[in-house]
This record gives sequence, structure tokens and C-alpha cells, in this order.
Amino acid sequence: MQDFLQFTLTGITIGSIYAIVALGFVTIYSVTKVINLAQGEFVMLGGLTMFSLVSVGVPYWLSFIATILFVTFIGWLMENLLIRRAKGADAISLIILTIGTSIFIRGISSMVWGKDQHTVAPFTKNTPVEIGGASITPQSIWVILIMLLVVGLMYMFIDKTMLGKAFQASSVNPMAARLMGISPKRMSSFSFVLSAALGAIAGLAIAPIIFPAYDMGAMLGIKGFSAAILGGLGSAPGAVIGGLLIGLFESMGAGYISSGMKDIITFSIFLLILIIRPNGILGEKTIGKGGL
Amino acid sequence: MSEQKLLEVLDCSVSYGPIQALNGVSLSVNQGEIVALLGANGAGKTTLLQTMSGLLRPTSGQVIYQGMDITGMEAEKIVEKHLIHVPEHRQIFSTMTVLDNLYLGAYHHRKTTNKQAIEENIKKVFELFPILSDRKDQMGGTMSGGQQQMLAIARGMMAEPDLLLLDEPTLGLAPLIAKDVLELVGDLRKQFGTTILLIEQNLHASLKVADRGYVISHGEIIKSGSSSELLNDPEVKEAYLGHTVH
Repeated sequence: MQDFLQFTLTGITIGSIYAIVALGFVTIYSVTKVINLAQGEFVMLGGLTMFSLVSVGVPYWLSFIATILFVTFIGWLMENLLIRRAKGADAISLIILTIGTSIFIRGISSMVWGKDQHTVAPFTKNTPVEIGGASITPQSIWVILIMLLVVGLMYMFIDKTMLGKAFQASSVNPMAARLMGISPKRMSSFSFVLSAALGAIAGLAIAPIIFPAYDMGAMLGIKGFSAAILGGLGSAPGAVIGGLLIGLFESMGAGYISSGMKDIITFSIFLLILIIRPNGILGEKTIGKGGL
Repeated sequence: MSEQKLLEVLDCSVSYGPIQALNGVSLSVNQGEIVALLGANGAGKTTLLQTMSGLLRPTSGQVIYQGMDITGMEAEKIVEKHLIHVPEHRQIFSTMTVLDNLYLGAYHHRKTTNKQAIEENIKKVFELFPILSDRKDQMGGTMSGGQQQMLAIARGMMAEPDLLLLDEPTLGLAPLIAKDVLELVGDLRKQFGTTILLIEQNLHASLKVADRGYVISHGEIIKSGSSSELLNDPEVKEAYLGHTVH
């Protein structure tokens, strides 16, 4: 029982990160129908930019905000320089373009930060606390809190603001949205900006736990993408559920069976669920119709 | 009625790849008019409307609106000029509430108009379409076809159109409901002074609300005239609309 609680806490922590990454995928997909496979690189950039800023002596919380702004800018740049220039290309070509971008960003990052792992200090003093016999570090609590905050803010934004509604409208019916004066270009740009910000936040939250390196984006991207698919691509609540489930599979697999086999276990369960529910847990019959 | 031209299409041609959909079409809509654009399926009616609202670019020709050349302007910019297109098949935001659909109709006002004016407009369209008021928190997609059409028109009215382009508002509606919708088109002009260009296949019903009309066939305007002229033109009835609906 104590083990179970411990594995659950670990699973929710890592699952929270996957959930935020998955939200990034969903944000871009629902408006542009592009799967941004550079999503993981946003997370990596978040972690490593933070590392650099802190190590040159910028105050912690200022670095935090600067990192989000920097990665958001990279997301904006990516949409403006690449995705928008390839206007009219089909979704598949755009997806391949994002793979290229991801390799490019990873390459540059390996030159800037080297191939080593780096250490980022936790948000607050990191003495583990005991909960019912299981221990959890304050940083893990931060990760979970940040996930909840991100989900809450996203909900407020999508459901309560006019811009959020326009964003939703663009995803449900792009043609009708244009006829309301909603510019698909601006929404596409905005989705990349938002998604990059989500990636940066995920990277910042996880950096003190996993020692970021230039190549961390690939696996995080795949896990986040799997989470988005598991939840039903295009569904924001689905992305969160998918992320938490993948995190739980992983930590249970590592804990009860073998940590070397955690990815095999995770993806086996993932495939099994998709065989039973090909559209994901909250996915609709026609993928993409649902919007955010 | 003043003869001031609100919209003018001059010799417009549009093609989809090698297929020419419009071939040198010209028409005009005067301030305060209801004009019907009639024609069979595939005649080019929707193409013409999409060219006016900026969804399509003509290969040649011009679209002049309020004296401005708007040819090739982005659809989302044209909306800001109060030229509003209510597209075919309603195209409401089906997973969003009726109220959200209406707010989105006023999206381009978000900077220029104050909140109060938007609320006023919502009240006005609720008066015109009481059913929408009853269902304001319901998802758009869960309403009947006729109600969705009313929502589509109401959403268009939220944009405070000077010129409203209505693409087959009666498509797929039961005859009685279709009649209601067309009567509403007449009410829109009476209450809001909106100029309307109406696409229809239904000759009789639409010419009853329209002042005059154009008949389009195979991408060309083949007849134009007042509603009574067109109604009594045997050529229009037989050759281009196939059958008449009473």
C-alpha cells in the first residue's frame, strides 16, 4: 500500500509534465491540424535556458519569466518563419517541417549547451515530505500545482475570454470563423506561441527533477504526443487524462516490474487502449471535429 | 428608394484550377434593396458570393463595395467593412453555445464597439428570433435545422451588416419553415434597414421577398429584372430553374 502510494505520487508528477506537453500538442493541432513534433524541444529549451540564466547570475524568478518569454518567442518565430511560409502545404508536409525544426533546434542546442546533463536548482527548499508513508519532494508538489494552474488558466482562457472563443471557433469551423473576422493566420501564430509557452513551463517545472540535456525533448515529445492521442487528439481534458495515465503506467511499471522496462510497459498499455478505443479516451468518432 | 450602389461586381471570372466557375459576371446591389440571385445547383451562385466576401479571389474583374475596390481583400478584413456573408449549410459553431455563437458574430467589433452595444444587439436579435433566447445556453449543433439557420442569420446580424449575403438560407428546411425564414429576411430589412443579397433555388418564395433578381446559369448571368418580370418570364421558369415551387 505504501509502495502503491509512492508510485502514484511519482506517476502523477511525471504525468503532470506529460499533460502539459500534451496540451501543447492539442493547442496547435486543434487550430492548424498540424502535429508539432518540435513540441518536446520547447520543453528542452525551457529547462536549458533556465539553467543558463541562473548560472550567469540572473535572479531565479526573473530567469523563470525570461525563459518563458524566450521560448514563446522561439514558438512565434517557428510559426512565422516556417509554418506560415509553407502556406498551402498539406498537414503532412507541415508535420515533416516540424520534425526538421526539432532536429535543427536540438543540433543548435547541443552546440550551445554541450551534450552533458545540467543541474537546475529546485523552486524552493527540496526536503522530501512524508504523506502516508510515501515521500514526495516539494518540487514534485510544484509540478503538480503548476499543471493544475495551467489547466485552470487554459480553461479560463478558452471558455471565458473572447480571444479564447475565437480560438475555439477557428478550430470548430475555420471557414465560418473567417467570416466572423477571425484571422486564421493570427490564430495559427497564437497557437504556436501558446504551445511554446506551455512547453517552456513544462521544462521549467521538470528541470530540477530530471537534469535537462539537449536531447531530452525527443522522449518527452513522444510521451506527450502519446498522451494527447490517448486522450483523444484535439481534446484538452483528454490530453490531461492521457498525460496522467501515461505517467502512472510508467511509474507503476517501473515500480512493480522493472525500471528498465517502464517504456515497454507504458507503450504496450497505450497500444492496447488504442486498439480498444482507436479515437482515444475522450476522442470523437471523427478526430478533429471536437475542437478544444 | 435611393439608387446608390452599395455593391458592384464588374466582369468577374473565377476558376477552380482548370474549371471556370464564373465567366464575366456583373451585377449590382443598391442601398436598401433585397436582391435575389437565382440558379440551379452548380450554376455558380455560391462561388459568386464567396468572391464578394473574400473567400475566393477572382482571376479577373473587380468587386466594388461602398465605392472601394475590395477585390482580393482578405475575408476577415472585408467583415470589418460590414459586408457580412452567412454561408451555405449554416456553418454554425456546433460545439459552442448559441450565446457564444452570437458573441463571435460580433467578434470584429471587439475593439470598436463597447460591450453595451453588443448586449443591445443580442437583445435585438433575441426579439427577432425568440427561440434563440430560449436556447441561448444550448450547444448550437443540438438545435433543429431551422433553428440553426436562424442562429446563422442572427450571428450575421450581430456583425451589424450594411450588406448581408445570405447563401441558401432555406436549404434542407421543411417547406413551412423555409417560408418562415424567407419572411424573416423581409423583416430584417424592415427592422434594421439591412440591404440583402439572397441566394435561392426557390424561385417563387424568394422573388416574393426580393425587389429584383438575377438568374445565373453555368457561371453567367443570363437574366435580370424586377421580381415580377422574372416571375412571369417563361424562359426563366422552364429552361433554368426546371420546375417551379409553389
